[in-house]
Amino acid sequence: MSIISIRDLVVEYDGRLVLDGLNLDIEPGETMVLLGGSGSGKSTLLRQIIGLERPKSGSVVVKGVDITRCSPGELTKVRHSIGVAFQSAALFNSLSVKDNVALPLREHTRLAPSIIDLMVWMKLAVVGLGDFGTLLPQELSGGMKKRGAVARALALDPEILVLDEPSAGLDPIVAAELDELILLLKEAFHMTVIVVTHEMPSAFRIADRIAMLHKGIFISVGTKNEIKASQDPRVRHFIDRIPEELANATAVAAHFEKYLHSQETHQ
Amino acid sequence: MANVFEDAGRRTLNELDYVGSLNIQLWLTLRAMKSALPLVGNRYRWQSTVRQMLQIGYDALPMVSIIAVCTGFILAMQGASELRRFGALHYVIDLVAVGFTRELGPLLTAIAVSGRSGSAFAAEIGTMKVTEELDSLRVMALEPIEFLLAPKYLAALISIPCLTIISNSFGIIAGGLFMFFSTRLAPLLYLRYAMESIALRDVITGLIKSLAFATIIAHVGCLEGFRVRGGPDAVGRSTTSAVVKSTFLVIVADAIFTAIFYFTVSS
Repeated sequence: MSIISIRDLVVEYDGRLVLDGLNLDIEPGETMVLLGGSGSGKSTLLRQIIGLERPKSGSVVVKGVDITRCSPGELTKVRHSIGVAFQSAALFNSLSVKDNVALPLREHTRLAPSIIDLMVWMKLAVVGLGDFGTLLPQELSGGMKKRGAVARALALDPEILVLDEPSAGLDPIVAAELDELILLLKEAFHMTVIVVTHEMPSAFRIADRIAMLHKGIFISVGTKNEIKASQDPRVRHFIDRIPEELANATAVAAHFEKYLHSQETHQ
Repeated sequence: MANVFEDAGRRTLNELDYVGSLNIQLWLTLRAMKSALPLVGNRYRWQSTVRQMLQIGYDALPMVSIIAVCTGFILAMQGASELRRFGALHYVIDLVAVGFTRELGPLLTAIAVSGRSGSAFAAEIGTMKVTEELDSLRVMALEPIEFLLAPKYLAALISIPCLTIISNSFGIIAGGLFMFFSTRLAPLLYLRYAMESIALRDVITGLIKSLAFATIIAHVGCLEGFRVRGGPDAVGRSTTSAVVKSTFLVIVADAIFTAIFYFTVSS
């Protein structure tokens, strides 16, 4: 049985269709990469999966609970089993890294402070921040912040780990280190991992399966080898880095003419 | 012409939406307030409340005291310059004591706190929204209303009446200093006259006002933060808006309360 099941998911913002009838099943223990270009709807899909937004129609079932229709109590329960690391890391700037990781443990468990300290140290050590717990987030580099966010996401030992653009804005070496960390976490904790990214090398390194989004629909879902072998031109454009629309003189002239016409109409 | 009506209609709807949001936020906060109480609530929330009380109350003490002393002097001097012509200089004592207890103490304190803490609430929550920290709280199954707003509101409800009492005291002391230097009236005698001129009802109505002002400042500041959309410039706008709106609403609420108390005394 799938741990996450998305059915006919439709999302609109101010009448603009962002996700158009998506269907996807994510199996327990697999690493699913949601791949797509800017504006393809992958971050919107992620916000639906973690229950931050409600869709226009369709359902997102996480561990048997439809989080688009469930009660706040049920949503809270589901959220205990999901750890999320946001693109901007979203660590609380007023708290040290250690306190950021300790926060969910203090709020949702009755563990003694000494046990919480030990658990926090373990999580920080796993992501390689064992010596940096007392620092504030603004004292960390971009890669360290992202690892701090992963440590916080791991705090409650979630069954599902969701990572939004983990390698965005990082140099290739730090990005590769994060990929290795994701693989390590999957192997050590047997988690289901969902990663949103547009970085091809990262996707091919960590994914069990890849779901490729284009203008709000899945154009291809399959293993990384299936995606690599895909002959769909939209997939090939993305993999081979071929621009879809080039600026050309004719298009610029047409836009200019349209602009002049609109100005004349106003006058 | 149609545009004028359209614009008026849109503005009216926006204002209604704002008032509705304030009411919903107030209701949700009242429901979440238990968590911020000592002993029966969450101890981390109570610790946050104490930190907020220090920021709203203790840190504002010098500013509120100086404002009260200056205003006490101004009121006494302006009153004396007119009352002296009628040989009624002793009425300055009533003017300062009653004026401060009923009106100036609560109002000046509210305006000072609105500038200091209302703007700080908007900036803090607005920044958290922009940096995805609010989303991060939600996915950790922590409701921002309970986590952020309830401690701030409870702290404001405790700190602002306390500051009001201190402001009243400093205002009355300033009046006493003026009377001592201008008429050589003994401070203890001044204090006795001042106490005689104040009724318990004056103190209570002043404190009721200060509770209403605390509600306005905390909720307008936080709502402005929650409504931030966009980037850092939006946070700046929300901060300004929080101060402008809360000061405006404090004065409107003051007028309403004063009218209610005036007519209930007269009838």
